[in-house]
Amino acid sequence: MNLDLVIAAILTVVNITTPILLAATGELVVEKSGVLNLGIEGMMLCGAIAGFAITFTCSDPELGDSYAWLATAAPWLGVAAAAAAGALSSLLFGFMALTLGANQVASGLALVIFGTGISSLVGTSFVGIAIQPFDSVFPDSLAGDPFWRLIFGHSPLVYFAFVMVGAVAWFLNRTRAGLVLRAVGENDHSAHSIGYSVIGVRYLAVMFGGAMAGIAGAYFSMVITPLWAERMTAGRGWIALALVVFSGWRAGRLLGGAYFFGLFMTLELYAKASGFSFLPSQFWASMPYLMAVIVLAVMSARTRGGSEAPACLGKPFIPDA
Amino acid sequence: MTGINRRSLIKSAGAAALAAPFINRTALGDTPTKVGYVYLGPIGDQGWTFAHEKGRKEMVAALGGKVTADYVENVNEDQSAIPVIRDLAKSGHKLIFTTSFGYMDQTLAVAKEFPDVKFEHCTGFKHADNVATYNNRFHQARAVMGKISGMMSKTGTIGYLGSFKVPEVVMGVNSYAMAAQSANPNIKVKLVMIDSWFDPAKESAAAETLANLGCDFITTHTDSPAALQVCEKKKIFGFGQGADMTRFAPHACLTSILDIWSPYYIARANAVIDGTWKSGDNWWGVKEGSVRIAPYNKSLPENVKAAGDAIMKGWADGSYDVFTGPMVDQSGKERLAKGARLEGKDLATIDWYVKGVEG
Repeated sequence: MNLDLVIAAILTVVNITTPILLAATGELVVEKSGVLNLGIEGMMLCGAIAGFAITFTCSDPELGDSYAWLATAAPWLGVAAAAAAGALSSLLFGFMALTLGANQVASGLALVIFGTGISSLVGTSFVGIAIQPFDSVFPDSLAGDPFWRLIFGHSPLVYFAFVMVGAVAWFLNRTRAGLVLRAVGENDHSAHSIGYSVIGVRYLAVMFGGAMAGIAGAYFSMVITPLWAERMTAGRGWIALALVVFSGWRAGRLLGGAYFFGLFMTLELYAKASGFSFLPSQFWASMPYLMAVIVLAVMSARTRGGSEAPACLGKPFIPDA
Repeated sequence: MTGINRRSLIKSAGAAALAAPFINRTALGDTPTKVGYVYLGPIGDQGWTFAHEKGRKEMVAALGGKVTADYVENVNEDQSAIPVIRDLAKSGHKLIFTTSFGYMDQTLAVAKEFPDVKFEHCTGFKHADNVATYNNRFHQARAVMGKISGMMSKTGTIGYLGSFKVPEVVMGVNSYAMAAQSANPNIKVKLVMIDSWFDPAKESAAAETLANLGCDFITTHTDSPAALQVCEKKKIFGFGQGADMTRFAPHACLTSILDIWSPYYIARANAVIDGTWKSGDNWWGVKEGSVRIAPYNKSLPENVKAAGDAIMKGWADGSYDVFTGPMVDQSGKERLAKGARLEGKDLATIDWYVKGVEG
């Protein structure tokens, strides 16, 4: 074990962790507002294809020199498109679960199916092409340095993820708007009776969650593997969902949990390449299913008290006439 | 399989009614023979399923109005495959191809219920009167990759990114290792299984891991070009599988294994139409035109290209077999005597790695 190897391994950990962290941070806000959106995987796929499609289209050399600026801005536009696509797709869930008061679990699952389907459909014409990865924006002397790449060698989205965890923690705990959001999640009828728009707040939260999931998806199609392939997120949305529950709805623990997961997965790969394995192969295969079961079990057990879950999580709010 | 998907997910939520798989129908003619396909991944995976889909399309084109072919994609390798296969059989498909190892017992189970329907299970080894198995000898092309890696590796350590420890993958690993050792007896093959056929992010992480541990060549036995993109970034070399993956890694991709399923699909569909279909174990390879390699990367030295071509030619005329003894396993035990060739069931059910493989 030398320093080079450790740093290289840390970069792998960051790559595995970042998309999960992004999506989980978004979902944390959603759940704090009392809404359970299981559709992360679907929103991630919408973001992945939107980010890829816009980046590819804007950096198309056939546009000519007068559009060179567009090529420079392409990855940023791609990320913006991914966020927009994620937020837009979340509105589908929002309409069903918030406006119509439908069952949130079922609506979330519908969003997974929808996101998987529409991303495959839109993605058909983008299969089999690659784009430039959205890599570090720091000069090569820093980003390529064997040591300093530890700090400067990441995609801008990695720093964005850190900033967002901090921002969300600050927002939820230190701002008035955050207090309102938590009030809506803890006791929707009280919040409603003192004049806050429960549905409005929840819509905003759901869209924020969608945008973050969209950016998480873009991390797959623009950073890890700069290409589009159907279902390329391969179940990470479920890991993100479980992480929110395991973190006890706290941003700090969310950060720690996400990096623990990334570290765990990376260590296992290193162990395997070195000739041993500490987990049966079925473990990873069953992981997303296991996560979904645990999340739903925790959700249904929360009424027994002692849980840190927002009290109104998953319950539709139908204002009294 | 990894990755929760629509079908399994809905099942877990207790809403199985919604889970009826989507069967993609093509035009219905007078009385063409209906052929069904069960796919593991999405048809756009650029790898395994993509190649089967190409074979399906070429079969339909070649047989004109005599057949129609439907497929179901993203079918898990678990009990949920049974209703999918059964639906195809019930809806009049006379020949059904189940295109992944993990459908083995499910295919046999459904085949019992439909004795008049012919089933073909890809990469498996269990048979019935109406269940044949088929596979391509991909390991034949894998030997070319091993030879290239063995001749060119500077670090003496090369990587193999695998999916699961199933015979097809074990064959690939051994073929890669033995061909590499034929060029450099001391070469080490590091093996990482990612417990999935398709998970680009994990494939990418595993390829990074192999590169970080000193591998300067990585061959991929999973379905996305993710590992090749890592090779391109790390300025090392890799190989594609399923289809030519050069466009994902113009410098790193030295060649790709091409899965050509259409000759087999055409032959078997014709056999059903003629009534000459028989069960059996059909294992085609370079000789039958079912395994080919994509054009070499321009950067490859002439002598390396020539060595690769010699292997392909040797497979075609039967003068070469990478699994020619002596074969020694990881523990040092001799599994195959000098001069003998590993064939038949010993090869089809192989579950041990040759010496020099780590992992």
